[in-house]
Amino acid sequence: MFDFLEGYDLLGAFWVTVQLAVYSALGSLIWGTLLAGMKVSPVPLMRGFATAYVNVIRNIPLTVIIVFSSLGLFQTLNIQLGASDFTDINFRLAVLALVVYTSAFVCEALRSGINTVPVGQAEAARALGLSFTQVLRLIILPQAFRSVVNPLANVLIALTKNTTVAAAIGVAEAAYLMKGMIEKEAQLILISAVFAFGFICLTLPTGLILGWVSKKVAVKR
Amino acid sequence: MTSVLYDAQGPRAKQRNIVYTVLFLLVAAAVVWWVYDGLAAKHQLDWIKWKPFFTSSQPWQTYIWPGLQNTLKAAAFALVIALPLGALFGIGRLSDHRWVRMPAGVVVEFFRAIPVLILMITANAAYSEYTTISSDSRPMYAVVTGLVLYNASVLAEIVRAGIQSLPNGQTDAAKAIGMRKGQTMLYVLLPQSVTAMLPAIVSQIVVIVKDTALGGAVLTFPELLASVRPMSANYGANTIACFTIVALIYIVVNFALTSFAGWLEGRLRRGKKSTGAAPAGGLETIGAPALIIDDGRAV
Amino acid sequence: MQLRKVTAASAAVLALALTATACGSSDDKGGDSAGGGKKINIGIKIDQPGIGLKTPDGKYTGFDVDVATYIAKELGYDAKDITFKETKSADRETAIERGDVKFIAASYSINDERLQKVDFAGPYLLAHQDILVRADDDSFKSPADLNSKKLCSVAGSTSAQNVHDKLAPKAQLQEYGGYSECLTGLESKAVDALTTDDSILAGFASQKDFQGKFKLAGFQMSNENYGIGLKKGDADLKKKINDALTQMVSDGSWDKAVKANFGPANYKNEPAPKIGNIVK
Repeated sequence: MFDFLEGYDLLGAFWVTVQLAVYSALGSLIWGTLLAGMKVSPVPLMRGFATAYVNVIRNIPLTVIIVFSSLGLFQTLNIQLGASDFTDINFRLAVLALVVYTSAFVCEALRSGINTVPVGQAEAARALGLSFTQVLRLIILPQAFRSVVNPLANVLIALTKNTTVAAAIGVAEAAYLMKGMIEKEAQLILISAVFAFGFICLTLPTGLILGWVSKKVAVKR
Repeated sequence: MTSVLYDAQGPRAKQRNIVYTVLFLLVAAAVVWWVYDGLAAKHQLDWIKWKPFFTSSQPWQTYIWPGLQNTLKAAAFALVIALPLGALFGIGRLSDHRWVRMPAGVVVEFFRAIPVLILMITANAAYSEYTTISSDSRPMYAVVTGLVLYNASVLAEIVRAGIQSLPNGQTDAAKAIGMRKGQTMLYVLLPQSVTAMLPAIVSQIVVIVKDTALGGAVLTFPELLASVRPMSANYGANTIACFTIVALIYIVVNFALTSFAGWLEGRLRRGKKSTGAAPAGGLETIGAPALIIDDGRAV
Repeated sequence: MQLRKVTAASAAVLALALTATACGSSDDKGGDSAGGGKKINIGIKIDQPGIGLKTPDGKYTGFDVDVATYIAKELGYDAKDITFKETKSADRETAIERGDVKFIAASYSINDERLQKVDFAGPYLLAHQDILVRADDDSFKSPADLNSKKLCSVAGSTSAQNVHDKLAPKAQLQEYGGYSECLTGLESKAVDALTTDDSILAGFASQKDFQGKFKLAGFQMSNENYGIGLKKGDADLKKKINDALTQMVSDGSWDKAVKANFGPANYKNEPAPKIGNIVK
């Protein structure tokens, strides 16, 4: 029944998916944290920028962002991100696009995390004479992160599934292989089932492990 | 507009802000010019590529408007079905009975784990196999089904978190005046948690609107994003122009949605003098407070 | 007041859910074979100029559309009885198996895997994988040149897989969701050539916005026998379609359709293939 799988590098394709997810997760965590910092910062312009960024990016379908990263940045503006052949360029562009998109959600999650930190914490920190960045870095964010592990896990799961969109610019990840297999084998349902199973293998443990972590690190108040 | 995160700004800080602002604007202008220059050099801004959208109603009538209609229709159906379903499963996961809690949990975790696209493909196949839905409306059914299954499970989590965010005293008080469990949920907990859930629900609505685009990618559901393909094939591969126009439409639609929800939320909050879910003194003074899914704390 | 809102909302939800299930329960399984005033659904592409394209006035044009219309006429359907439906590449076999469409004419090449699922009438056109290059680019002399070039094709398509597997394994291949993106890249010189079936390329190249900008190289790198896909085992329909195709060639309509759709692009079409003669 599953003999059509022969000759396809399923594991290789899912490995690319994992790589995409991991790099994008790291990138969007960093950029999303910066955005959240901007959103609560004293400089009005930074607040405005972060708000506008989140509002625009969240409202565009990911496919559009990914296609733009390739058609606009690479094909038209000639940005290659330090790579020379298409495979690398596309992979990096896909990571870039996923970071741009996912960081908006990370920022939102983190912002709500910042809100859970009691006012007294920030007041005490300021009373000690800490500057804004110090307050954020030393007092607020560490506590905020601990309370948003679960929302961030949801973002990570969504990100893992979103990597499938990278097929639109030809990154050879799982959904790309799936497309090719469907074209060649004419086995729509079975192939879908196989790939659904693959994604469950990736996302379910992520959710369960991070759910456990979130309970472990939650701030008891 | 002061925040507890930093002290009120003095004259020097204000001057610094101005410097930052000017620097930022300069950089932004440079980037915009560079993008403009790059696009123009590759003939992407040529009038011929953009002309169809501004000189004729045909692209709007033939491709964009029908696509937008389908997108909105599918999103609306998905939302009105997923919302009560999500509430049901969210409440189910909070049940005292193991035989309710467990299956609800399994269903929610399962459908959250699978890419929506695959849910849609499977639904499409199932409808053609077991029902007599006409082939014209089947893609719509499949898209809505996929969206409902996924989003109901996400909404279930939101509802669960929203209810958990209420102080225990609410339940205790309800018990004390002799309410049954169902009554407590329906008259005390759900109405109060709605305000806390709203921002998260709104984000999910935006996700639903955008995810309809997945239906166009594999099923032949003629939604907004799918309209780019025949359109750019007709107008000399003006792909960048087509995608830009469509992206703008998405932004406008979703921005309208979020603004409306923000307004609604404000009304709901004002309407009730106090709820357990209202902000108990968050750090932030700007923007709407958001609910944290699952950590049992609303702000 | 809160309660009233909730009740009203749930009532609205119920009503909508009911309408959702109530509407669209009519059943039309690809039209009846009898014809005579009945409707017929035909699967085509809507985003390939020259093959099958939805034009801004909402009509459909292209070679496949002409062929399909001719066949439908022979089967006893008027032009107004035809409903053209988009069938995406991935969905073609299932659309036939489910009976969503009576038959498919959508740059659908006959191959063994597909033959296990559906039957083919025809072939009605012999296409070859070819490349489309900028009109001023003379660096493509033979298919061997591809290895050092930047190519573009549609992700997961047969042409893309051919490039990877045998034609030019060393070439850089950019893959997109559609041909339009590739043309944008070709125009801005980010890629050197777009590769797929010459019929599709000819269709793009002969669009009025592109005339004179691109040309076909004329490499015949594969044989794509376009067939009319139909339900497996429907020998009666297959015979009728084959008869229609034979007649289309003999009465000159076939030539006229080729000229009209691929004409302006320096595309030398193969002569009309003989029915059942699949060129490997």
